[in-house]
Amino acid sequence: MKYGDYVRQMPAGTNELSRRRGVFERLHIDWILLGLLMALTAFGLIVLYSASDHSLPTVFKQGRFFLIAYCSMLVIAQLDLERIKRFAPWAYLGGLTLLLLVPVMGTIAKGAKRWLSIGGFQFQPSEVMKLAVPMAVAWYLAARILPPRLKHIVLALAIIFMPTLLVAAQPDLGTAILIAAAGSFVLLLAGLSWRYIAAAVAALAAAAYPLWEYVLHDYQRKRILTLLNPEEDKLGAGWNIIQSKTAIGSGGFYGKGWLQGTQSHLDFLPEGHTDFIIAVLSEEWGLRGVLFLLTLYLAIIVRGMWIAVHAQHCFGRLLAGSMVLTFFVYVFVNMGMVSGLLPVVGVPLPLISQGGTALVVLFAGFGLLMAIASEKRILSQ
Amino acid sequence: MAERLTLKDPYTEVRIFTARILVAAAIVVLCFCALLYRYADLQINQYEKYRTESERNRVQLQPLPPKRGLIYDRNGLILADNSPSYSLTVIKERVGDLNKALALVRSLVSIDDDDVDKFMERLGDRYPYQSVPLKFRLTEEEIAILSINRYRLPGMEVEAEFVRSYPHGELFAHALGYVGRISEKELKSLNPEQVLNYSGTHYMGKIGVERYYEDQLHGKVGYQNVETNARGRVLRVLERSEPTSGVDIELFLDAKLQQIAQEALGDNRGSVVAIDPKTGGILALVSTPAFDPNLFVTGISGPAYAALRDSPDMPLYNRALQGTYPPGSTMKPFYALAGLSYGVVTPTTRVSDPGFYQLPNDSRQYRDWRRGGHGSVDVRQAIEQSCDVFFYDLAHKLTIDRLHDFAAQFGFGEPTGIDNTSERGGVMPSREWKRKVKKVAWYPGETLSAGIGQGYVLATPLQLAVATATIANRGERFEPRLVKSVNGQVLPVPEARHIELPADIWKVVIEGMEDVVHGERGTAKTMGKTLTYRMAGKTGSAQVVGYAQGIKYDVSQVAKRKRDHAWFIAFAPIDDPKIAIAVLVENGEHGASAASPIAKKIADAYLLGIDAPLVPAGTDGEGVLE
Repeated sequence: MKYGDYVRQMPAGTNELSRRRGVFERLHIDWILLGLLMALTAFGLIVLYSASDHSLPTVFKQGRFFLIAYCSMLVIAQLDLERIKRFAPWAYLGGLTLLLLVPVMGTIAKGAKRWLSIGGFQFQPSEVMKLAVPMAVAWYLAARILPPRLKHIVLALAIIFMPTLLVAAQPDLGTAILIAAAGSFVLLLAGLSWRYIAAAVAALAAAAYPLWEYVLHDYQRKRILTLLNPEEDKLGAGWNIIQSKTAIGSGGFYGKGWLQGTQSHLDFLPEGHTDFIIAVLSEEWGLRGVLFLLTLYLAIIVRGMWIAVHAQHCFGRLLAGSMVLTFFVYVFVNMGMVSGLLPVVGVPLPLISQGGTALVVLFAGFGLLMAIASEKRILSQ
Repeated sequence: MAERLTLKDPYTEVRIFTARILVAAAIVVLCFCALLYRYADLQINQYEKYRTESERNRVQLQPLPPKRGLIYDRNGLILADNSPSYSLTVIKERVGDLNKALALVRSLVSIDDDDVDKFMERLGDRYPYQSVPLKFRLTEEEIAILSINRYRLPGMEVEAEFVRSYPHGELFAHALGYVGRISEKELKSLNPEQVLNYSGTHYMGKIGVERYYEDQLHGKVGYQNVETNARGRVLRVLERSEPTSGVDIELFLDAKLQQIAQEALGDNRGSVVAIDPKTGGILALVSTPAFDPNLFVTGISGPAYAALRDSPDMPLYNRALQGTYPPGSTMKPFYALAGLSYGVVTPTTRVSDPGFYQLPNDSRQYRDWRRGGHGSVDVRQAIEQSCDVFFYDLAHKLTIDRLHDFAAQFGFGEPTGIDNTSERGGVMPSREWKRKVKKVAWYPGETLSAGIGQGYVLATPLQLAVATATIANRGERFEPRLVKSVNGQVLPVPEARHIELPADIWKVVIEGMEDVVHGERGTAKTMGKTLTYRMAGKTGSAQVVGYAQGIKYDVSQVAKRKRDHAWFIAFAPIDDPKIAIAVLVENGEHGASAASPIAKKIADAYLLGIDAPLVPAGTDGEGVLE
């Protein structure tokens, strides 16, 4: 008889027995996920060292962010899922309030109003919404009978699109897409009827023209046009795409070698250490590096799905599934845009790109995932 | 109905969820496959293309401009040098908003509208990422300001380059010419090989020696393969092939003689050309007023150029080479040679001069410059006293075509072939010439005008200097040359042309010219009295406008600019000629008073030694030649 099965047969919450569980389990840590994350983190720091032009301070700074991120992941992993669930609507309402405050008292950076400064501490409320929105939708739908009925769907959509539109208006298309995706995934996983999905896709296609004409900003339209024909505007918007494709392509299968990338080290590649870091990786590590990275990402996604499927309650299941798929969207959008498959939107490559807040939020999500994973063990039926 | 359950059904939920997750997983795998395909396509299928692209990004072939050859005078004094100059250059692609950047940089250092206009013009024709100069000759203070603010000025650099400098300013402007920035027109006129050779060069000779010897002075371009970053900054040199410097050029010119000639001309408009008769080497070539050639090197400003162009004194006009003037009486020695050569006069032929000349069956009187005439004169006296009537008669007997044919042997009517640009050939008329050019028949009276160097006859100071040197050589005519040696190798002197005349003919004419300076009735005897050596010369004055017959020519009534041009040609010493000189003073009136003292100063300096030190303009005694 396996140990796990033995535990499962015992009355829940027995102190002596819980003490005998493994260290990882006691700390609510999913060691497979942790191992994969740490492998990615290490690889990311190595790539960052090269991408930042041998800047150890940058690597150390990123290392500190990782430390904070891992700590927050572990702290969140300890939380009781029931409490997280009860907290979800408040987190959402709080986040929404902050988002509403941004246009009033936010600060402008890089041509967009995204930052809120409270007590000398600057942060983007939109980052919070990446977690709060799927939590709120999961909270709302978990209490309903699934698959959801039309009025619940409408309400869930309202929950998703209020913050999404606010973020898109900042304007921050990348984050808006991620928020909308995170919320929509909950709805999809909850069993949204295929008919509705087909209708939504059709509606989206029909809305494409007015969206293009009236909603998208000039710079966003330009990005899409640039994607279709980067040669058109070689020195302007096309420059990034041409240079990143050159970096990727010139890496070949084997890559130019770590620290040997010319595109990045000679500054041809813009944003080489942030959104375009995959180009540095591709140039220096070649297709081998890309394969390795994709394998790690896929492993994390598969592990996340496994956790989601094995979650004990509806809320955890929906939330876990949504977060895993959002993580996938991160990877796909970033790698797609840098290689010229998708228009350039501000989505970093998770765990590799330099950046603080987004990283902590990402790891908070993994913390939730671990909390969900441990719930199934604690609350075994 | 199944989906209208009133209770939550965990099993259905898990079933739906699992199904959805499986669909999602399939989509994830599909998308990852798409990504992988995309990266594999870029990195494997298109690898060669992008590898080349990144190499092209990284490595740039840069032309290395050769150092332009220097120009020295005969004593090794530098006349055209290269000096470092710092320019502010702009790479438009890296600047962003050009207008904003220009406004910012103009708030830091003074850049006038003219510079900006020129910059905008240059911006029009350039390759992408080519740096375009905005302002030249930055001061040290400006360089410092720009360096401090460099972070605010992306795409702008302070670049050092060697540019031509003329340490003596305007002294050699007309002899050397100048270099200037290569114009679009010039660029288009180059053949592909030359375009390659000029790929790193911004300047080329525009006129004068700088232009004539451009091929030698320029040198051959070199190349380097450099690794640059995206901002075009060179990080390291991968491969280098050195440029070949242009060769240095030594002139026949004597800088001190040049300066003496210029000072002797003073504020007059005029020209001096001095030639070594033995080689045809130009010892001095002055045209006044002149201009500072340094202004033209990096591009002269519009107003400054307009001032030069529109000045009534015409400083840009090279009087020595381009100025065609009626040579007046300075033609008489040549015509005397012609008359003696064709036998229409002999050394003993005498002509009576009552003060005017009349053609047979023509009532019109052709005046002599001296009212009352010179009495009975032979050819030697006719030259000494510049007797017009003798030469009216001689010209009439010779006819215009023989005058033309003979004078042509001395180079009149065609360019001398000097190694310089924009030389003009003047006019030595003939009946055929008039038919062709004027489309009218020749009138006998015109022969008489031509016979005293007026009418259609036009010559440059250089032509007269060459012709004078030919007399000094007793018939050996050299093509005049400014450049003596290139890269230390003396250029071969073009073969002289010989004018075969009996020695006594030369003797008579030269004696006549000697009498001009040393004779009792010589027109230049005042100057001649001060000479310590023997000089042969001839004065001349050329009418600027024609005057109706019978009206007394009154100096006070003629505006200064309508006065006659004064000429003097000379060579010395007579027995062993070392220098031949032609002096022109515009509106100088009399050759004897205005032009001959200038020739004396030059001949004195050259033959007796020059003691005045030469101080180049703009230096503090540096470059003084002892």
